[in-house]
Amino acid sequence: MGFLSSTVGRKILMAITGFLLLTFLCIHLLGNSFIYLGWINAYGERLHSMPPVVWAARIGMVILLAVHIFFGIKLTLENNAARPQAYAVKKNVRATFAGRTMIWTGLLIAAFLIYHLLHFTLRMTNPEISSGIDAMGRLDVFKMIVLSFKNILISGAYIAALIAVGLHIFHGIQSVVQTIGLNSDKTLPCVESTGRGIAFILFLGYASIPLVIIFGLLNFKG
Amino acid sequence: MDLKLYVWRQKGPDSPGKLEQFTAKNISPDMSFLEMLDEVNEELVKEGKETIAFDHDCREGICGTCSQVINGIPHGGQDKTTVCQLHMRKFKDGDSIYIEPWRAKAFPLVKDLIVDRSALDRIIQAGGYVSNHTGGSPDGNAILIPKPDAEVSMDAAECIGCGGCVAACPNGSAMLFTAAKVTQLAMLPQGKVEAAQRVCVMTEQMLKEGFGNCSNHYECQDACPKGIKVSFIAKLNREFIKASVK
Amino acid sequence: MILDGKCPSGPLAEKWDKHRQDMKLVNPNNKRKYKIIVVGTGLAGASAAATLGELGYNVEAFCYQDSARRAHSIAAQGGINAAKNYPNDSDSIYRLFYDTIKGGDFRAREANVYRLAQVSNNIIDQCVAQGVPFARDYAGYLDNRSFGGAQVSRTFYARGQTGQQLLLGAYATFSRQVKAGTVKLHSRTEMLDLVVVDGEAKGITVRDMVTGKISSYAADAVCLCTGGYVNVYFLSTNAQGCSVTANYRAYKKGAFFANPCYTQIHPTCIPVTGEHQSKLTLMSESLRNDGRVWVPKKKGDKRPPHEIPEDERDYYLERKYPSYGNLAPRDISSRAAKEACDDGRGVGPSGFGVYLDFADSIKRLGENTIRERYGNLFEMYERITDENGYKQPMRIYPALHYAMGGLWVDYNLSSNIPGLYVLGEANFSDHGANRLGASALMQGLADGYFVIPYTIADYLAKSKPGIVKVDHPEFKKSQEDVSALTTKLLSINGKRSPKEFWRDLGKIMWENVGMARSEQSLKKAIQLIPELREEFWKNVKVVGSGDTLNQELEKAGRIADFLEFGELLARDALDRNESCGGHFRVEYQTGEGEAKRNDKDYCYVAAWQFKGTDKEPELHKEPLTFETLQLAERSYK
Ligand SMILES: Cc1cc2nc3c(=O)[nH]c(=O)nc-3n(C[C@H](O)[C@H](O)[C@H](O)COP(=O)(O)OP(=O)(O)OC[C@H]3O[C@@H](n4cnc5c(N)ncnc54)[C@H](O)[C@@H]3O)c2cc1C
Ligand code: HEM
Ligand code: HEM
Ligand code: SF4
Ligand code: F3S
Ligand code: FES
Repeated sequence: MGFLSSTVGRKILMAITGFLLLTFLCIHLLGNSFIYLGWINAYGERLHSMPPVVWAARIGMVILLAVHIFFGIKLTLENNAARPQAYAVKKNVRATFAGRTMIWTGLLIAAFLIYHLLHFTLRMTNPEISSGIDAMGRLDVFKMIVLSFKNILISGAYIAALIAVGLHIFHGIQSVVQTIGLNSDKTLPCVESTGRGIAFILFLGYASIPLVIIFGLLNFKG
Repeated sequence: MDLKLYVWRQKGPDSPGKLEQFTAKNISPDMSFLEMLDEVNEELVKEGKETIAFDHDCREGICGTCSQVINGIPHGGQDKTTVCQLHMRKFKDGDSIYIEPWRAKAFPLVKDLIVDRSALDRIIQAGGYVSNHTGGSPDGNAILIPKPDAEVSMDAAECIGCGGCVAACPNGSAMLFTAAKVTQLAMLPQGKVEAAQRVCVMTEQMLKEGFGNCSNHYECQDACPKGIKVSFIAKLNREFIKASVK
Repeated sequence: MILDGKCPSGPLAEKWDKHRQDMKLVNPNNKRKYKIIVVGTGLAGASAAATLGELGYNVEAFCYQDSARRAHSIAAQGGINAAKNYPNDSDSIYRLFYDTIKGGDFRAREANVYRLAQVSNNIIDQCVAQGVPFARDYAGYLDNRSFGGAQVSRTFYARGQTGQQLLLGAYATFSRQVKAGTVKLHSRTEMLDLVVVDGEAKGITVRDMVTGKISSYAADAVCLCTGGYVNVYFLSTNAQGCSVTANYRAYKKGAFFANPCYTQIHPTCIPVTGEHQSKLTLMSESLRNDGRVWVPKKKGDKRPPHEIPEDERDYYLERKYPSYGNLAPRDISSRAAKEACDDGRGVGPSGFGVYLDFADSIKRLGENTIRERYGNLFEMYERITDENGYKQPMRIYPALHYAMGGLWVDYNLSSNIPGLYVLGEANFSDHGANRLGASALMQGLADGYFVIPYTIADYLAKSKPGIVKVDHPEFKKSQEDVSALTTKLLSINGKRSPKEFWRDLGKIMWENVGMARSEQSLKKAIQLIPELREEFWKNVKVVGSGDTLNQELEKAGRIADFLEFGELLARDALDRNESCGGHFRVEYQTGEGEAKRNDKDYCYVAAWQFKGTDKEPELHKEPLTFETLQLAERSYK
């Protein structure tokens, strides 16, 4: 029987792709946090000076996302079909809100990604603030980010998306460990809390950028 | 005490069903939940009405026949307790109690609170055994099994096949049930021989029967009257990975 | 008629081997042409069906539960005996044989019991190979515990769930055969008649419990593995669905019913709390190792136990049986508890209970030791009674537990109807008048895995496969009879529910045919039961219809059989003018209140033949001869 037609095989694929996406999330946060050190433009420049790396990563990401999204939707549809008639009264004792809304937070992330690429990568949504060049002739990422997030609507959208991301990985991180079979009775509670902790830290890390900017703690003086 | 019951009534798989209201009068706290339903049924007989059909047999928490979702929780939510071992002292006078059958596509409804769980049997038929032959087995002590392994195997083997895990799982997945059997046999030398094959065919059968996939909600573990742990699902996943890289 | 048990001749130890050589075989290519019906999927049925299927026969298996795995064998807690002698405590096949015969009060066949002891070892090997997670010691070897009635440690166990694990093992091999297509399972199907054609068993008539459809299955042989009948007492440790129906309807078709009066009562069950009670729960007997049994000295003393001072307590077992004390055998301690309660000194709300007090042991050993030893039992007790056994004494009471009697079978497990085989608790064969703990599981599996595959071949080899088909008039007649019965039950439309009749019957049985039977009480029962039966057929109310799942109808059908069978049980008890094993006649006891056997007149198997519902059954005897053992008094001194 094929790995991809197995319920466990597909889960493992979800976990591997999810985990790699998570790794990207961590690296991306690291990169983004250069904004506090003022190195963000240099970082961007450095990154784009290596087109093969960038494109390899992009292609990889697209494949990861495609696989993750495809199976995410498929699994969810199957799961919904497995209980055609709902309970009149159903209490969940253990299952979390985050866990039960994976598909919705996932789809929100997908929607956000489209917007995010248009916004920062393709710079099509707000060309007026996104095409600046800094003093050293580099793309002015710093200006782009700060001016964007001064816009409450944009920050709001980002923060909403980040909540979705946070919830998604709140369930997702510990889920990966269980799916690839690394849990025992002893590790499970610890993995759960660590996973949730990491999710929270990532959320705070990302959310700090728009928040700091809104509250005027990081300014673009241009 | 007196209780207000809302019980799922449905004549057959294709008839419409609905919650019907009953009053259970003079219920003693020493009654088991099923004995309370017995009383309600005796009243129905007196009135010449059809009794509420529900599955039960041993009434001591071991056969796995009883199967009711009580107030939204399979087996009623008392720790490690089947419906037949749930006692009325857990309820208060005047309580409203919702009673529904296990709900899952793979468990077609038969009547009222009774569902057809033969899908679980078919998961076992797919490979939940050691293919030994009667007779000609080596001496029992020829196969040494470390005590801790035997204990884990026994922990997993306690599953009574009630299907409460399926009823509890938001995805209607039978992963805990399947994992229990896979783990029981994978822990033992006798079972290891066929372990790779077993985990694949059993999970495949699970999907074929229309059960959902596991997405690690752990709801099943809390509902399980035998305390079967989700760490066995991790073990199943491990066995699957082992089987795949082989 | 004098019945012949067909035990092979020759030295005891060689009988089975020799017999196996003598029996005929079925050609492997012909096996699939033979159809065998197996009714019941407990230890006996599942193991038989699996093994016969594996051999290549075409097997159809039936059970009333929704899954084969739920047969009542699942509830057995303690363990399974085998003569492995792993602990090196001088156990042997002979010793297991001897203990079983003696435990059965010399009312079982030597040859059968010896064979049972012989194959006991194969059972353990078979179950280990299947992946049954028996308890192990730290070196990885199988662990043993000791059990009642034996001085050696020969009981293999899987926590407190031995029956469950053995059944799941048998169910797994059974499932493998279902997958392989050699066994076809009909669950939620109740056997309601045996079809006999030209004197041979050729099929059964069943009701599909979901659709109500009544249909027949034809076969070359039928194996009944339908368990015990103690639910005739209404309250017992058996599952709700356990009944005598399959056996009784075979009895009505001519199969002899042997020793129905041999029933076993277990002393440590959780007492009844009221009229609503539907079943009794067994608690392992091992509790009596550390608990002291007592009742108040004063009648009707309703004070809570801790307010009753030491000198107002009657530790009656210690008083009456100073040498055995609280460990007096099952039947003796059960009877003593009943006497105390009948005397008005019972405890608990119903007055039918005695204390099992751990206070002394807790003082001596500490609560932790007690928790280690019996923690799960205390938990179970608390779940059911809401009382904490560490803080206040537990309340216990005896309950009906096991049926030693059953359909008569010869050494080949064949009933007197050729082609009808009876296995497990459903037959009467191996336990005599009393069964030792951990021996029923052994017998069920011995019958199914290691006896029936050989003996049934001998029968089948002598006939052509598939001679009788379901279109034979006997099948039609059987279906009509079954339908007529169903229609009748549904049409009475009286005033009382089936359960009320069952409860009333249980009361009659418990009071008159229970732990202590007398000529007078038995005669009373024989008078009361037909009266109740008559009322049943006039006044029962079975709601619902016959063409859907109808649990009231199922119940009513079973109760109808109990209402006849109870009388047979009482008649057998009345006929047996002796006390032996589980059958205690107050007229026949020693000065110390122990059972007094009468070997001169009653060393036989009583096999009853049906003569008509309101007619007296006819008694046939199979004399029991002891070639190897000396008849000796069962003594607890
Ligand atoms: C609480 C308890 C504890 C016990 N503990 C021990 C122990 O520790 N050790 C020990 O050795 N023994 C023990 N026993 C006894 C032992 O469990 C049983 O005697 C034994 O398991 C009986 O097995 P069986 O296969 O003969 O019948 P069962 O397991 O009772 O199976 C009967 C089968 O027949 C089917 N059936 C019955 N009637 C019909 C019908 N009309 N139509 C279709 N199918 C039918 C049922 O569906 C079921 O599948 C215990 C018994 C009880 C009740
Ligand atoms: C950065 C983006 C994403 C990350 C980091 C991420 C991460 C994860 C992780 C770690 C898991 C757990 C895997 C497991 O159960 O073992 C998961 C599951 C899931 N993801 Fe994502 N994901 C992302 C994007 C998406 C998107 C865009 C979707 C859109 C459909 C999605 C849908 C799902 C679903 C439905 C599941 C649950 C699968 C199941 O039922 O087991 N995810 N994700
Ligand atoms: C405060 C939050 C965030 C900020 C400030 C931010 C910033 C940026 C910037 C500036 C870029 C453009 C890089 C470049 O093209 O040079 C970028 C690209 C990207 N971001 Fe974010 N991001 C944030 C959150 C996220 C989140 C939550 C995700 C994922 C769910 C994400 C996924 C991506 C992806 C996939 C790219 C495209 C990379 C590529 O060019 O291939 N970002 N981000
Ligand atoms: S795992 Fe637990 S809930 Fe599921 S079938 Fe087994 S015993 Fe029932
Ligand atoms: S609740 Fe369901 S999702 Fe998995 S962990 Fe249990 S089977
Ligand atoms: S009735 Fe057997 S487990 Fe509840």
